[in-house]
Formats: sequence, C-alpha cells, structure tokens
Amino acid sequence: MEAKKQDRGLLRIDRDECKGCGLCIEACPPKVIALSEELNHYGYRTAVYAGSGCTGCGICFMACPEPGAITVLRAVVHSAARTALEGSACASN
Amino acid sequence: MSSDTAVEYEVAQGRSKSFYPRFERKDELQHQTHYCPGCGHGVVHKMLARAIDELGIQDRTILVGPVGCSVFTYYYFDLGNVQAAHGRAPAVSTALKRSRPESIVISYQGDGDLSAIGAAEILHAANRGENITVIFVNNAIYSMTGGQAAPTTLLGQKSTTTPEGRSALGEGYPLHESELLATLEAPVYIERVGLGDNKQIAQAARAIRRAVENQVRGLGFSLVEVLSPCPTIWKMQPVEAQHWVRDVMEKTFPLGVLRDRTREAQPRPAPATPPALEEIPRLLGLEHGERLVKDERQVLNLAGNGSALKRTGERARAAEVDLEVRIAGFGGQGVLLLGEVLAEAGLESGLEVSWLPSYGPEMRSGTSNCHVRLASQSIDSPLVSAPGILVAMNEPSLRKFDRTVRPGGWVIYNGEEFPADCVRPDVRVVALPFTKIAHELGDARASNMIMLGVLLEIAGVLPDASVAAALRRLVRNPRWVELDERAMAGGRARYREMFAEVHA
Amino acid sequence: MRKQLMKGNEAIVKSAILAGCRAFYGYPITPASEITETAALYMPKCGGVFVQAESEVAAINMLYGASAAGVRAMTASSGPGISLMQEGISYMAGAELPCVIADVMRGGPGLGNINSEQGDYNQVVKGGGHGNYHTLVLAPHSVQEMADLTALAFELADRYRNPVFVLADGFVGQMMEPVEFPEQAVAAPTPHWAVTGTAETRSNVINSLHMGADELETHVLELEKKYRLAEQREARAEDWFTDDAEIVLVGYGIVGRILKAVTAEARAAGIKVGLLRPITLYPFPVERFRRLLPRAKLFVVVEMSNGQLLDDVRLALNGARPVEFLSRMGGNVPSHEDVYRFVRERAHALKTAAGAEEERLAHV
Repeated sequence: MEAKKQDRGLLRIDRDECKGCGLCIEACPPKVIALSEELNHYGYRTAVYAGSGCTGCGICFMACPEPGAITVLRAVVHSAARTALEGSACASN
Repeated sequence: MSSDTAVEYEVAQGRSKSFYPRFERKDELQHQTHYCPGCGHGVVHKMLARAIDELGIQDRTILVGPVGCSVFTYYYFDLGNVQAAHGRAPAVSTALKRSRPESIVISYQGDGDLSAIGAAEILHAANRGENITVIFVNNAIYSMTGGQAAPTTLLGQKSTTTPEGRSALGEGYPLHESELLATLEAPVYIERVGLGDNKQIAQAARAIRRAVENQVRGLGFSLVEVLSPCPTIWKMQPVEAQHWVRDVMEKTFPLGVLRDRTREAQPRPAPATPPALEEIPRLLGLEHGERLVKDERQVLNLAGNGSALKRTGERARAAEVDLEVRIAGFGGQGVLLLGEVLAEAGLESGLEVSWLPSYGPEMRSGTSNCHVRLASQSIDSPLVSAPGILVAMNEPSLRKFDRTVRPGGWVIYNGEEFPADCVRPDVRVVALPFTKIAHELGDARASNMIMLGVLLEIAGVLPDASVAAALRRLVRNPRWVELDERAMAGGRARYREMFAEVHA
Repeated sequence: MRKQLMKGNEAIVKSAILAGCRAFYGYPITPASEITETAALYMPKCGGVFVQAESEVAAINMLYGASAAGVRAMTASSGPGISLMQEGISYMAGAELPCVIADVMRGGPGLGNINSEQGDYNQVVKGGGHGNYHTLVLAPHSVQEMADLTALAFELADRYRNPVFVLADGFVGQMMEPVEFPEQAVAAPTPHWAVTGTAETRSNVINSLHMGADELETHVLELEKKYRLAEQREARAEDWFTDDAEIVLVGYGIVGRILKAVTAEARAAGIKVGLLRPITLYPFPVERFRRLLPRAKLFVVVEMSNGQLLDDVRLALNGARPVEFLSRMGGNVPSHEDVYRFVRERAHALKTAAGAEEERLAHV
C-alpha cells in the first residue's frame, strides 16, 4: 500500500472493452501489464495491471486500439506538498 | 493520510470526449469498437479524437467516413458524421467544406478506398488544395472484403487475389500515394507515419494533430498516411503485426514528411459575404421594365408577302404573323447570330418566338443552321421542317434545304448565280453575292446582316425600332452595331430595288 | 419581370439560383455544357459554390456533400455522364439527400452522338443505380418549363428528401425562347437533418448503410411510403385537346411540341386527336391516362428512343386500349408531317373499322 502510493501513475483497464490484443503489454516500458488468466464476458483474456510500477507515461493508452479500454492516471501532489516539493527542487538547483 | 504523503491520481489519458460514451451499433458490445483485436484503426481513431479534443473543435468537426473496415466511424465519433461512397470521401469533403467553410472536415479513408477506387477523387481534391484533412490508413490489403490485393500490397505479399504473392509483372508495384500527391503544388502537409512501435505511434499522433490543426488555421490540404496493422488478414498475432509494420512495411513505404509548407502557407481568406437576396435577379442579368411593344401588337403586316409566310393548308392558325425561317451556312458566317437578331426583334415586337440551333461540332466547323419562328400565336413546334424563308449562306446549304421550302416561299441566297437546277417555279429567290457586298461596305462578316435586311423586307412584320433594339442587345461593340445597321439598310435597299415593280 | 430570350440551358441555372440553389458541381458534356458554363459565371457572383469536378462520379458525390451540408445543390450532364452519376444518385436516395440533376439527353448507347435523343428515359425514370429507390423526374418541353420545372424540382427534392431530375433533350436545352422568371429570389432554409459543423447538428448522421436485414427493409419501406405519397400528389401532365379525343398522342419534351403541331393540323382536318404530355415521368401520370379511356380509342406514343416511354404508357393503360408506337432515333426527329401522316392513317383505319362494325350490327 505504501509502495503503491509512491507510483507516479496508475492504470484502469475496462475488462468489457479490452480485446486482449496485448499491444499495451508490448508498449509498456516498465512492463507492468499482463494478460489475465480468466476470460471476460466476450471470451477474451484481457490486459490487467500488475498493481504497481506504473509511471503514468501513457504509452499503453495510445498503443491500445480501444477508445476507453485503458485509462491512465497520474499522481497529483496536494498543493501543500507540491509547494514543499517545488521549493526543494529550486533549492537543489 | 498525512499531508506530506498526500498523492492522489487524476486521469491523464482516457476516453476522448469526441467519442460517444456508448456505441449503439449493436445491442451487445456497446463498449467496444467492431475492430479486430490489434487493429490499427482504433489507434488512429484515438489520435484523431484526441486532436479534436485538444483543438476544441468537436462542435465544428464533420467526419466523412469511408467504405471499408472503418465504415462505422459515425457510431464512434460524437461529431457531425457523413458516410461516403467507396473512394468518394474527398469529393464529399470538398463540397462539405466549401458549403460550410467554418466547419472542420476530416476525410478518413483506407488504402483501397483512397488509392484504388478513389484515386481520382483524392488526386483532384489535393490538387485543388481543398482545405480539408485526410487520414489515410494503409494496411496494404482489402480487409473488410476478406483480404484481396490493394494497390499498396507489397511485392510478394499474398492476398486472396494474389495467391502466389504480388508480382510486379502482373500487378505492378505498390502505389506510393503520398509521394504521388507530394508532386502536386497545392498540398500543404503530407506525412507518412506508422504504428510499428511506441516511437512511431507517438509521431503518428503528432502528425495527425498537425494535419487537423492546419485546417483550423485555414492553411489548406493536409494528409497523413498511417501504416497500420491488420493482424486478422495478415494472419499474424497483434504484436507480430505491429512489428511487421516497422520491420517490413516501412521498407516499401518509408516514413517521413513528404511535404511541409505549413510555415509559408497563408491562411485562406474568409469567404466573401453573399449578396442580398434582392440583388440576385440583377446579378443574374434579369431585366425589369417592358419591351418596346407589350400588349398591343404593333406588328406591321405588309400586304403582298403575307401569304408566303404562313403555313398553307391544314394548319389551324389565324391569318396573323407566322414566320418560319431556316438559316444555313458554314460556321463563322453568322448563321446563328442572324437568327438570334431576328428572334430577339420578334420578341421586342411582342411576338412569340423560338430559335433552335444545330449544335455541337458544327459550332466549330462545318455546316451550321438554325430554325427561327415568329408568330402571333403561341408556337407549337420550334422545329422548322418547311420554311417560308430559307437563308442559304452558300451552295451546299442551299442544296441541303431548298427542297424543303414551302410553296410560295422565299430563298435568300449568297452567291453570284443561283444554281439552275435549284430553281423552283413556286419559290421566289433573292440571289446576290452578299459577301462581296459586305466587303464593299467594310467587312465581309456583315453579309449575314445584309441578308437579314432582305429577310426583314420580305417578312415585313417587324418595326425598325425592334430590330435596332435587338441588334444593340446582341451586338455589344458600337463599331459593329453601326456596320450591321448599314448592312441591314443595304439589304433592304437591294430588295426594294429588285422588287420595286412588285410593290408598285 | 421582363421576358428574355434565353437558351433552356441558361434558364435552368438562373431559375435554380432564384430558387435558392447555391452549389453547382459539374463536368462538361455536349449538349449540357452551357448549364455548367452558366453556373460558373453566376454561382460565385450570387454567393454560391461552383466547382468543375474531375468526373461525373466526383460531381455527384460533391452534390452528396453539399446536400449533406444542407445546401440546395445541382449538377447537369447528359447520357454518358448520367451513367457515371448513378452510383451517387443511389447513395443520395438511400441517404435521403435532396438534389437536382439536369439531364440534357443526347444519342446513345455508348458514345452514340451529341444529337438530341430521349434514350436516357429508362436510366433516369427507372432509376439506373442499384437498390430500391426512385428519382422524381420532370420533363420540360419549353424554355419556360426549363425554368419553372427547375424551381419545382428543388421544392420536390426538399419535400421528399430525394434526388429530382429535370429530364430535357438537346433541343430544349439548346433552343432559345422567351422566358419569364419570378421577381424575387428565395432563400432556402437549412434543413434540420443537415450536418453543418455546428453544435446543434453534431448528432446528425448522413448515411445509407443499414446492416441489419430488418433495419434495411424498414428503411426501404419508409422510402416506399414517400414514393407512394409522391405518386398521389405530384403526378403532372398537360392535356391538349384531349376532351373528345379518339386518338391520344403521347410524348414528352421536344416531342410534345411536335405533337402540338400535329394536333393542330389534325384538328383542322377534323380528326379528333389530342395530346397527353406527361410532365412528370416519375411519378407517371397514370390517372390522367385512365381519365381519357371513355372516349379514347387509340393511344399513339411518339418518342426519340426505342420504346422506353411506351412501356410506361402500356403499364398505365394495362391493356385497356391499343397502343401504337412511332419513334426516331440517333438525332432524327419525328417530323410533324410524318406523325400527322401516321395519325391520319390510323384515324382512317378507325373509321373503316367503325363502319364495318356498324354494318355488321346492321346485319345482325
């Protein structure tokens, strides 16, 4: 749980929309997508997120041929924390 | 959750709002497209939808869908949708854009659609520099119809219609449509991209966005060709097909920008404001006001000649004006103009008129003739098969029609001597070298107007003012009007000299 | 407005623009080229679009686009060009897009020649394209009708959301007659179904694809309803001395004019002849034929084609009366003298037959 919060990205995969072509698995740089063992309603093995390690790069989204099978989320740091982070970034320069 | 570790997630990449939330193509499968797993169309759709989202043009965009696998675009894109016939999307898009210049028109086509059956339409839309965006999905095969060869099928590639593989001798070479279009002056932007790997995909998305943006900026014709996998027909796994794009297809169809004039291209000017509705009749040259003669028929009716001009016998028409004229000659002798002046003068005099030309190649050379009728009553047939007056500009024309002249009719013949074998006891003749007379007057080309002068004397039904008005209407050059008027007067005088005793 | 002497081909365009047409896409062909030329001259001046297309195939598909965008649009061509347009016409009928197409007929088949003929009847009236549809067809016989029927064509096209033809022949297109236009130009409203690139029209779809069997059948049946309605409401014909006619001449376009001359001649000779001139060829004025049955003994179809109109007349009469046929082709015209002779012979034969019948009855 703690590790997951550290990820810059997060994936949601709509198992009703995924046709299991595997292009996202091929596209994913950190290789955090795999094919499911079980079949979906339409008889496809679908893409599943490994649960951690997503960088939020969005490459899988564009590689996927379905309009909404994949949703890529990116971490948004709360304003207070962001201010602190940005401050430290400036300081490090 | 403490503030120093407060990480939340928001959607960075998700379903474009330019897609419908549900696809109502079928009761089932409303989440999915109809494309096969791994098909490139879906990827291209997403790139296009994202570009539309980002440019904020969803309400303005009209997507023209093709025939082929992507025929159902109107089920997916929440845009104005127009489905086009196979290959015709560029023609349809041309008119959509020209009809609605504020709209953003995107023509989406496959390789069979664009490079085979629609080869002419895309070439000419590109050459006209239509301000549209074309997305050209090239998968080197006819997929929807089950895998027949396309113009873009690779050499050696098997298809159901090239079962032994495409051969250059049999089917020619893969057609490089983008290169072909890039030879034209007008296109602003043409790029070939691929869906072969992540890098290619990222570039494809950029190119598609640019092609749409060019139109938003009003720059002109933009086309993006996308090398796209078809795992089903290629009989490959999706990932394998993707790599085939990169490793094999790209060798035949190199990726890259083939035309980029986006920097120097000037945005097209906004269309001119259309004229007010009230202005339209004037712009069409339609005239208000009245003719010289309106209700009262101020038509002269000279005694003596009248009988020659009416159809004899059975025709049930009052003994009023009924002039049937055939005018014949060679192209350039002013046959049609003579007839027009006569008809126009008739109209000016309040008569019913018709003018019927022979047309076609005759306009350019060879013989020319026209039928003219002037009548007090409405004219049934504009065809003059038995003229009361024949105007023959030369001997061949005389011989073509002299037998058709009605008994009691007239022949006006341009020649030194009337051919003896054309003489008929029941037809009167005015034979003069009109061309020579016209030459003496100042221009041989005025011979038709001298003959018209004779004709007007014979007919004796048109007021001089009507003829003068008709001439001015049809002959714009004042020098010619003057000459033509003199020619007509000359013709009238000649007639009067010849037939003075008849009228005396 | 003052009457002006004008070619039929020119009158079509001026009438179209007055009727709100603001798009012309065409490809030149004799004897229809003046229509395209006139449109090139006037359409841009009047705020419309003119494009000389790369082919008739492209031209009709441009009409599809313009019509989809809700603009009154037209094109013009002749036989060979109309053949090429058939694809797009079928799509437009399927997608329920209005447009007006002027066909100034020439000789065929193949390259045929450029003379006036009426051989496009079947490909226009019967729908030369694929699938279950009709086009509405208006057949002018004068320059005035070229103007009037073009305006009507736009009305009908919008009313029925369907392509409408103005089917003329080379003579009617090329000849000049005085013509009078309406004083005012009309503005055509943008139809609600159009795709214009606005938020309001975003959900509109122009399409002729219906994948399901039931879905397509339903669509075709809806089209059929429109056609039945058009058949009830739009059939037009001109009666010319038909009240007591025993011999009814039938012809359209320039032939109608010739038959008027024949009628006059025959009437002067005491022969009871009339002319029924179909003005709409689809819907065919079937009722107008039936109305003449009490007095008519014989129908004579005259056309400049090989019996194409004849078929429709026979269907309309359904065997109720004999139908005779006179035709010239290739640019030849059935002269009024020839037709008159034909009519006189038939009138004589009818009289002889009637006399024989009387004699037979007298002997019974």
